[in-house]
Amino acid sequence: MNPLLLVEDLAVEFKTRLGKFYVPDGVTFSVFEGECVGLVGESGSGKSVTALAIMGLLPKNARVARGRILFDGVDITSGNDHPRGKKMSMVFQNPLNSLNPNMKIGQQLCEVLEENFKMSKEEARKRVIETMTKLGIPEAEKMLERYPFEYSGGMRQRAMIAMAMLCEPKLLIADEPTTALDVTIQAQIMRLFKQLKSSSRTSILFISHDLSVVSQIADRIIVMYAGKICEISPVKQLFEDPLHPYTQGLIASVPDLKKKGSKLRSIEGNVPSLLDPPTGCRFHPRCNKKLEICTQHEPDEVQMKDRIVKCWLYEKAGI
Amino acid sequence: MGKYVAKRIIQVIPTLFFVILTAFLLMKLIPGDPAMILLGPQARAEDIARFRQQLGLDRPLPVQFLIYLKRVLTGDLGTSLVYRQSVLSLILERLPVTVTLSLCALVIAVSIGIPAGVMAAMKHNSFIDLLVTILALMGLSIPIFWFGMMLIIVFSLELGWLPAVGLGDPTKGLWDVVSHFILPSLALGILSTGTIARFTRSSMLEVLNQDYIRTAYAKGIRRSLILYRHALRNALVPVITVIGLQLGNLLAGAVLTETVFALPGLGKLMVDGIFRRDYMLVQGEVLFTAILYIFVNLAVDIAYAFINPKIRQTYRGV
Ligand SMILES: Nc1ncnc2c1ncn2[C@@H]1O[C@H](COP(=O)(O)OP(=O)(O)OP(=O)(O)O)[C@@H](O)[C@H]1O
Ligand code: SF4
Ligand SMILES: [Mg+2]
Repeated sequence: MNPLLLVEDLAVEFKTRLGKFYVPDGVTFSVFEGECVGLVGESGSGKSVTALAIMGLLPKNARVARGRILFDGVDITSGNDHPRGKKMSMVFQNPLNSLNPNMKIGQQLCEVLEENFKMSKEEARKRVIETMTKLGIPEAEKMLERYPFEYSGGMRQRAMIAMAMLCEPKLLIADEPTTALDVTIQAQIMRLFKQLKSSSRTSILFISHDLSVVSQIADRIIVMYAGKICEISPVKQLFEDPLHPYTQGLIASVPDLKKKGSKLRSIEGNVPSLLDPPTGCRFHPRCNKKLEICTQHEPDEVQMKDRIVKCWLYEKAGI
Repeated sequence: MGKYVAKRIIQVIPTLFFVILTAFLLMKLIPGDPAMILLGPQARAEDIARFRQQLGLDRPLPVQFLIYLKRVLTGDLGTSLVYRQSVLSLILERLPVTVTLSLCALVIAVSIGIPAGVMAAMKHNSFIDLLVTILALMGLSIPIFWFGMMLIIVFSLELGWLPAVGLGDPTKGLWDVVSHFILPSLALGILSTGTIARFTRSSMLEVLNQDYIRTAYAKGIRRSLILYRHALRNALVPVITVIGLQLGNLLAGAVLTETVFALPGLGKLMVDGIFRRDYMLVQGEVLFTAILYIFVNLAVDIAYAFINPKIRQTYRGV
């Protein structure tokens, strides 16, 4: 089966005053139809940049330097003629800043349908009300006339999700959609995503720095570190038998998930600078299993049944 | 909304009071006997005495102020000593010229400043951006006097395209009136053009970096719609306030412009009043201009509230 989204050896180059750097730096993964893929990694590992590259919305100082992005069999790497707003949409982290403060929510939503699907005002309005109601916004008709500042944080995020779902996209990218919200609201929004996942055909790329959040919804999980992929694995195997030392560290630092009462352990050391990344395996300065070769040479991808891992410990096993 | 307007109007009262007090004290700063100074050295003693009584100069200071306050509130700004005419009527005669000049200058400033600022922001760090920034700075620092003279030299004396000074004659048709306002409006408008261009540029740059612009792009709608409906509309909200405040600056700048172009407006009246030591006239005009300034700002604030949904919704239905 062909994947809905195929990201191949994607590298994004940033030009800054301090110099050039690449993040992500050669990532390859795919998302299949109806699948929910989680993307986890520490802050700064390049999750958002990867998402923006897929959406064709990289900031001005960034460009795709290598690799390609195929969506529905079409190369969308250049960002021109992009299916965003039609077959692909995105929900951002901060729902307040992500809505136009001086425009009614209704207008902001209807716009998508009027512009991209040439619907009449009435048709669009009807669809928007339907979608908002389905996403748990009470009295949608009244809420249409309100401005973002009149919405609570949770309602704003629901409106953002409604905006993304209006076009019934094939792919929904959710970049830390719950991080900016209160804990109770977070749970509600997670429930909403789970409901979306089971009720629609939409594939989801769900991004979070929090492995426990991603594991609630994802079928497969991609673990990223400093712009590189460490491991891709179905969620169950990832928790039962994490292959990559970084994944092992992440799982050990998730409280109460594996063993009840286990002590919270975090990975020693800091995220490396992307301007001058470590040679060899980027994780080696923090890895407690590193081999001699790790500091010099980057490990290749090793395919192990339905899993992929990039670590010298598995080079032999895969062959 | 009505409640908001009422609140703003009430807030203006202390400012007004303070302005009137200042105008009152201004007269007290003139050294010597005000009655004598006001009437001139040749005045007869009985005239001076009558005048003192008229102005209440023989009463204690607070009482004098109350009398003055009452006069001002009933629209009496005193009588010009030179023109022997009520100051208010003199002002109202000249006001249309000044207002027309200021509004024309504002129209020029807005219609050049906003597009220039938007263009500079959209081509951030390009040649156009640099050009707009330099021109705007020049506009801000050119003295009206000098620029006005230059305009006269180039467009009237050298090219002979436009009249140099004075007011047009309505009996000679519309063009005669309009053409007399072009150079003064340009001279006066250049300053605000720079301010508005710079402000529009920075406001637009800020808005273009906002998350909601990224959201608009993520929606896949047309770029022109993103720039106009999402970026420009938001960027203009703070610019409106600046434009309003410019109106005050323009009224002040009109003094110089009217002098250069010999236009019979408020500014010229003021300058003439100063040269002829017409203290009553100057006091009345200072007060009038200050009050005008306050009300222009009030109007700007209220207009701002109408375009700002946050204020509008907060006071919805009241
Ligand atoms: N516009 C930009 N200019 C320069 N550097 C940038 C820009 N955007 C992102 N970066 C850098 O790229 C790296 C990856 O950023 P990214 O936002 O993808 O991280 P992330 O994994 O999403 O982290 P977080 O969990 O904090 O969202 C970071 O080091 C960041 O500093
Ligand atoms: S390649 Fe080496 S350093 Fe990197 S994670 Fe594996 S063992 Fe550790
Ligand atoms: Mg991010």
